[in-house]
Amino acid sequence: MTATTAPGRLQERPEIPCTEECLLRPGNTNCGGCGMSVGLTMLGRALADAGDTCTLVIPACCGIVTAGAFPTTSYGVPTIATTFASSPAVASGVATIRDLNAEPGQVICWAGDGGTYDIGLATLSAAAERNENIIYICYDNEIYGNTGGQRSSATPAGARTTTTPWGKIQDKKDIMSIMAAHRIPYAASLSIAHPDDFAHKISTALLIKGMRFLLLHSPCPTGWKAEPADSIELVRLAVASSLFPLYEVFDGATYKINVEPDGSDPAEYFHRQGRFEAKQIDLGAARRACSERMQRLRALAEQYPSCT
Amino acid sequence: MPVQVITGNHAAGYALSVAGEANRTARGVACGIYPITPQTEIVEYVAQFPFSKGRVVPVESEHSAMAVSMGASMNGARAFTASSANGLAYMAENVMVAGYYRLPIVMVAVNRTLGPPWNIWADQGDTLMLRDFAWLQFYCEDNQEVLDTTLLAFRLAEDRRILLPALTCMDAFIVSHTQTGTALPEQADVDRFLPDLDLPHRMHYDEARTLGGLAWPHEGLSMRLEIDEAMKRVADVYQECRESFTEIFGRDPGDVIQTFATDDAKLVLVASGTIATTAREVVRQRRKAGEKIGLVKLKMFRPFPEAALREACQAATRVAVLDRNYAAGAGGIFWQDTRAAFQGHRDDLLIQNYLTGLCGGDVTPTVIDEILADLTARANAGDPVWMGIQTSKETLQ
Repeated sequence: MTATTAPGRLQERPEIPCTEECLLRPGNTNCGGCGMSVGLTMLGRALADAGDTCTLVIPACCGIVTAGAFPTTSYGVPTIATTFASSPAVASGVATIRDLNAEPGQVICWAGDGGTYDIGLATLSAAAERNENIIYICYDNEIYGNTGGQRSSATPAGARTTTTPWGKIQDKKDIMSIMAAHRIPYAASLSIAHPDDFAHKISTALLIKGMRFLLLHSPCPTGWKAEPADSIELVRLAVASSLFPLYEVFDGATYKINVEPDGSDPAEYFHRQGRFEAKQIDLGAARRACSERMQRLRALAEQYPSCT
Repeated sequence: MPVQVITGNHAAGYALSVAGEANRTARGVACGIYPITPQTEIVEYVAQFPFSKGRVVPVESEHSAMAVSMGASMNGARAFTASSANGLAYMAENVMVAGYYRLPIVMVAVNRTLGPPWNIWADQGDTLMLRDFAWLQFYCEDNQEVLDTTLLAFRLAEDRRILLPALTCMDAFIVSHTQTGTALPEQADVDRFLPDLDLPHRMHYDEARTLGGLAWPHEGLSMRLEIDEAMKRVADVYQECRESFTEIFGRDPGDVIQTFATDDAKLVLVASGTIATTAREVVRQRRKAGEKIGLVKLKMFRPFPEAALREACQAATRVAVLDRNYAAGAGGIFWQDTRAAFQGHRDDLLIQNYLTGLCGGDVTPTVIDEILADLTARANAGDPVWMGIQTSKETLQ
């Protein structure tokens, strides 16, 4: 086995400058209308505004495919690829050594819903219980997008995926409540339709030490069978109709609702996506669920208001 | 150097801890830990060690234990962990990743039978399951060897010519829970033996590099080839580490294979771990009776020391490979590699496999006598011979 002239062996690796304004570089191959791409851009801007930097720790998901092929990378920050279930544990190791050496910068897990709600949940729960000094951002596109669109436990009821061809029966897991129940310092939901709120929550997270969990509603046009141009409008509807409320939970104890839903009908949200078939959506039940979701949140925010 | 009467687990915990502490002048140490019988005392020892610059992270699974150690290692720290049996199986995905990431993590494994049926006793099937994952593998027979080999493993794994993780193994209970006098090296000597870790491919918070993203086939192939080249350098670098170890600690940590009376031996036993201890005693007794018999203890299994093994068996006509492990559908794992080592070199050599001590069975001098009787009597090599089956049936009756 001698192949001294292996064509790919690079003796000198190119110098790639770190540009904090450009966490996600132009020229990446992400799909049009991808919510994760918009989220990365917003994250990069919020970090730059705060004068902060980050190391991304990314498990198997679209987020690591985004990096592109060695030796180039679409990420303008140091990035580590981990196994599917491991990003919070790898990040714990990275952050531990950062802190032992008093180095700057955030360690941010950037993971899809598969890596968060499903295969990585035990790892995430353990990192939260240990209150690791990391930020965990789940870009939730409600599907295994990278493998071509299979159900996850974040897939909403009624949605058709390649493994629920007649529509998913079970409802979406309430990951925000699960994370808040760990009493971590900060848990918040994000929407790319509300960039100011997004930026505010990142800057809030940057000022907190310990485990910070952020849930980003991330439209996936191929998985949702929707128009790329509709992506932002869809997640705006999700907030407006209380399908995906924007709120913060501090220490698992106090609540703040950030955007008041305007009472839009969720029917429009379902109607504009091919993954929902009209006959499989129980609109009455969906409206009731939205209303109950907001009622519960309002009750919590009134009884346990955050002072921020 | 104080000598204390301690268990194999204690020896391993001590070695991991002082090796980690030695990196306090560099980027420190961190590791993920998770308990499993019979290695639990190792992670307990590590968790109680007062590191000057370090953190032990008690995680929720073996998979995450290796993941935390990988994150620490990628950020330039010294990292290690310990596990056993089904814990290693659960950890396996990240064990593989640590190898392909070229992270010089050291893991101590206590060889325990993979269940089912549930069984906590010695069997090497757990670590041998990980044999193709770009890790160095060492099998030790006593507490001192566990301690010395673990320390040496850090030096070897972190050498820039190698940069591969290393696994130190010991037999469940026979070593892990047996107390023997063990010389514990001073921290100052360990500091001299293990230089500050300076991992060349570690991440830097201000360098936009992506570790572990997509690579096209020709790039991936090059990276695999680099691992192959590193594996080929192990034999030489090991000797350098061994010399330095001997100089600093005043004790030889032993060669990658250890021969006993092989120079003129017609019959050679090939064994590892504590079976080698028993086999050595049998050989010693039979030598007294004038039999031309010898022993090769395989300490290093990855990379497989083919050349050294061939050299040790130059006078041999018959070789018995004793495997405390079984690859279903194939036979003993040490036997497979031993056969391959002689292929095309010594096609006249009769190499017979004996599966012995599986699932924690005792390998007594009587068992080895039976093996030697079979080896001497047979006309040709045949299928692996299962030892101890009759005994089990008798026990049941």
